[in-house]
Formats: sequence, C-alpha cells, structure tokens
Amino acid sequence: LPEQREAPVGRAIWSGSISFGLVTVPIELYSAWRRGDVSLRMLGPSGSPLVRQYVCPEEDKVLSGDEIERGYEVKDGEYVTVTDEELERVAPGRSRDIALERFVPRDAVDPVFFTRSYLLMPGGEQRKAYSLLAAAMEESARAAIARFVMRGKAYAVAIFADKGLLRAETLRFGDEVRTAKDVQLPEPEEVDGKTAARMAARVKELSEPRLDDAELRDDATEDLVAVARRKRERGEDVVEVAEEEAGAAPAEEQGGARVVDLMAVLKERMKEGAGGRREGRERKEPAREGHETKDAAGTRARSRSTARAPLAAHGSKAGARGKARRARRAS
Amino acid sequence: MARAMWKASLRLRDYELPVKLYAAVEDRSVHFRLLHAKDHVPVAQRMVDPATGAEVPGEEVRRAVELDRGVYVVLQPEELAKAAPLASRAIEVTRFVPRDHIDLAWYSRPYLLGPDGKGEEYFALARALEESGRYGVARWVMRGKRYFGALGPREGRLALLSLRPAGEVVAVDQLTVPAGPEVRKGERDLAEQLLSALDGPFDPGLLKDEHRERVLELVQAKAEGRRVRKVQGAAPEPTSDLTEALRASLRAAREGRVA
Repeated sequence: LPEQREAPVGRAIWSGSISFGLVTVPIELYSAWRRGDVSLRMLGPSGSPLVRQYVCPEEDKVLSGDEIERGYEVKDGEYVTVTDEELERVAPGRSRDIALERFVPRDAVDPVFFTRSYLLMPGGEQRKAYSLLAAAMEESARAAIARFVMRGKAYAVAIFADKGLLRAETLRFGDEVRTAKDVQLPEPEEVDGKTAARMAARVKELSEPRLDDAELRDDATEDLVAVARRKRERGEDVVEVAEEEAGAAPAEEQGGARVVDLMAVLKERMKEGAGGRREGRERKEPAREGHETKDAAGTRARSRSTARAPLAAHGSKAGARGKARRARRAS
Repeated sequence: MARAMWKASLRLRDYELPVKLYAAVEDRSVHFRLLHAKDHVPVAQRMVDPATGAEVPGEEVRRAVELDRGVYVVLQPEELAKAAPLASRAIEVTRFVPRDHIDLAWYSRPYLLGPDGKGEEYFALARALEESGRYGVARWVMRGKRYFGALGPREGRLALLSLRPAGEVVAVDQLTVPAGPEVRKGERDLAEQLLSALDGPFDPGLLKDEHRERVLELVQAKAEGRRVRKVQGAAPEPTSDLTEALRASLRAAREGRVA
C-alpha cells in the first residue's frame, strides 16, 4: 500500500462509451502524452513555486473556477455565455458516446490529421466487448473513424487497436488541414532520371531499418537537468518547498499526463470484472488540444486553450510522474 | 504563393536543399473567452507568489528544475541561455526509416514544405520518399524552440510533421497488456462481419464538424433570447448480450440502418 501512495493510478480525462452497430463498450479516456521527464517550474523571488490566478480586472478580484464562464463575442464587448451542457445538448448523436461510423484500412489514416493521442481503457464491469472489438480491428488491420463531443467541443477521432489495447488519435477536421493547392505550392515537375537516381541514392545512404528513440530526445533539456544535479551536489541554488506548496504549482506545468501511471491503470482496468470505482475518478482537467506551448523557459501562456484553464487550475493536482522519473528518484 | 512562415534548408549529411515552410493547419473551431460570470468582463491571468499573494512580474520569475518532489534547483539566466537551442536554418534529417516505424501517437502538427528556388531536386526528393515508403527523421530549431519531425511525401510535394519528443509519449509497445477474457469464435466471426459491413475508405472530406455550426446557432439564439432545441440523445446502455447485439447490428448494417 505505501507503494500505491507513492504511485497513485492515473485518472481518466473522460469516460463514456464506444459503440459500433448496436454494441456499446464502456471506456475511459487517458492521455497518452505525458509531461517530459523534466520541466522547468517558475519560482518567485522568495523561492515559492508560483500559482496562476484568474482575476476580474474590473473588480480586481481573484476568481474561482465557478465564477468563470465561457463567452462568445457577438458584438464588440458583448458576450453570450454558454455552458458545456448547452454545447453538448446541441451536438448530434448520443451523449457521452463515440459512435464508430466506419472502419477503414489502418494504413490509410493520414497522420497529418492527428492532434493528440489517447489510450482507451475498458470502463465497465465486463471487458469482453472491448476485447472483441480490439481483436477484430487488429486482425483485419482496420482503424475506426468516429466523432464525439467532449466537454463542449466536437472531436473527430481515429481509433486503433494494438496488442489488445484501443487507442485514439484526435483528428483535425477536413477543412482544417491545408492542401498543397491551398498554400499554392508549385505543381510537381518531371524529374530527370539522373537527378532522381542521385536523390534516391541519398535517401538510401541514410536509410536505417528502424528508428532510434535517442534521435527524438531533447538533449538540451537533459543538459539542464545535468546542470541542476551538479548544482544540487554543491548545494548551490537549491530550494526546498513543503509538499503542500509544491502541489500548488501552475496547472500549465502540471502537464496533461503527469498523473498517469498507465501500467497500474492497465492492471486495474484490463481484467474481467474490474471497475466499480469509476465514480469520481474522472479528472476535471481539460483535454488539451493542439500543440502545447510550453517552451524551454516555460513562460509562454497557453493561448486558445486557456478557455478552459481555470478548471485545470482548480482540478486535481495529485498524481505520479512517469515511471522513468520515479525509477530515477529511487536510484 | 502563400506566405512562408520560415525559410530553411533540408540537410541530409552534407547535402542541402533550400525549402520554405508553411503552416498546414487552419484552426476553425469556435473560440470562447473566459469571462467573470458576474459582470461578463474577460478574465486576466497572473502569476502569484502564494507566500505573499503578490503578482510576480515576468522579470522577477526564476526558473527551476524540480529534481525531487519539492526540491528545486534554480537555474541562472546564463545557465538557461547555454542550454537554449542554437538558432539555425537547418532541418537536419538524420535517417530515413520505414513509415510505420514512426509511432502514430507521436504525431503532433503538420507543415508543408515548398521549394525555395529551383524545384527539380525538391521534387526528386519527394519522389524518392514516395517510392521508398520511408520518412525522414528530422530535427530543427524554429523560433527558439527545438522540434522533432517526420519528413514525408504529400501530394507529390514534401511535408514535415512535427513529433512529440521521446519520453513524453506513453509507448504502447512497452506496456504489457493483460490477456482479455476468452472470446468465442462465433462472436469473433460476427464482429469481423460487422466490421466488414461498416467498411469504408479514409476520406478526410467526410470529417466534417457539424457541431461548429450548431454552436454558432446556439450562440445566436441565446443572443436573441430564443430557446434552443436539444438534439443529443441519452447515453447508451452497455451491451449485456454481446452475441445478440452483434447479430442485430449485422442485420441493421446490411439493411443500411447503421452508420
């Protein structure tokens, strides 16, 4: 049990169902993106981690989540406010349901449309329909396309099955991706044989059978951690903060997937007869869409997605980091 | 030609190909502002020191790495500057790998690349990638930020799809998924028939946001003080009899009543 306290299981971002035909499969949505092993935090001059606050500039008052609404500007300075419930009520389809519209060849799904990645865990008491869907999709090398509404926003998704696990990539809508023509790229030209052969040779020369994850590692950030470690050994610029205060760091830096310890979730969710603890586990934080704007200095504020940020700021802060981070800490 | 957002140079070892980079994404979702519910004034954000309750101006904010929970090491501006990626025009392609070696969960944001100058070698590269079925693994620094990406062919041209860095994506192939309950052959056959019945091509043209217009209608109606009809149905119940649900679905699909 102490181990569990150390590593609380991840929280679902959303729970609902997938349906195909008349079969309904309860699922929970988890982010497949996590905060990097390292991220910079903002501290004040006194060394306390800073908190993000939302204020009404008119009243100079700090606002809590339930004092904030979403508004659409209909005229200059005139807003109509809407709630998630209202936005969901006007959505087609059934509430909290991802209805699979069609199954397409897996390889045909174009990653240009992908926005972010989620894992779909079985959510109900029984896992059979989930397993059946995953197995059938995997065997036939098909992906499923669906649309649904989550927290007032419509999403298109492609669902893939891998090793018995369903995952979802949210998709941009068709008119949100520009074509070569939209950007007015020049028409493809004929390529003479010699140039083509030379280029093919260049590609071949750099070809490898597989990807090396090291190529996608952010070594600059790793360098910063190395610097921080050395400074800690020297006792230089080290700040210790009470647990309570540490938990109050800006939501932005808490990161979407910091809370997920997916192996624990898998063990809990992926067995027949699991569940029954779904109540209250849904995380009230938004699914952040699009690219995150956390830059090297961690300064840039989220722009569009701030629409939902207060909820995040008041959402759950508990959670474990990635395995790698914990492992490192233990060592 | 549309305006390029960045001029760059694709680098394959010592070979360089000048290119222009264009945003390929056009966000069309309806955006809301955060308002103070009471007076409908747009809210402002500020960073506050919880110890003093005072707002901390940007120039006084210090950056720190959290090495353990609650243990921070403050980094000085010169230390941060040293680690900042160096500005460069190069999009360095380190290797070409089969397309399916790039995990779908990594993809994040697409850009289109156009030729900067003569097009022949640019189109030659697009063709070489098309024919090899490979994507280039690329890294670059744009506007002070490090990016990772996949270079691939698209509509006879080149596209660069940014990728989430390793370590920030849950690697599904490293998860051990517990075996599920046994599925009977009959059920499996029915499921496969159902998938076939709902089969179709991947057509981005069909990815329409029907909700967008309804949201705008909702806003308009509320502005005019009209009530809005509810469209969404109740949440479905989980299936209890799987075999029967599969059979009924299959009948419905064949009659064109589903999907």
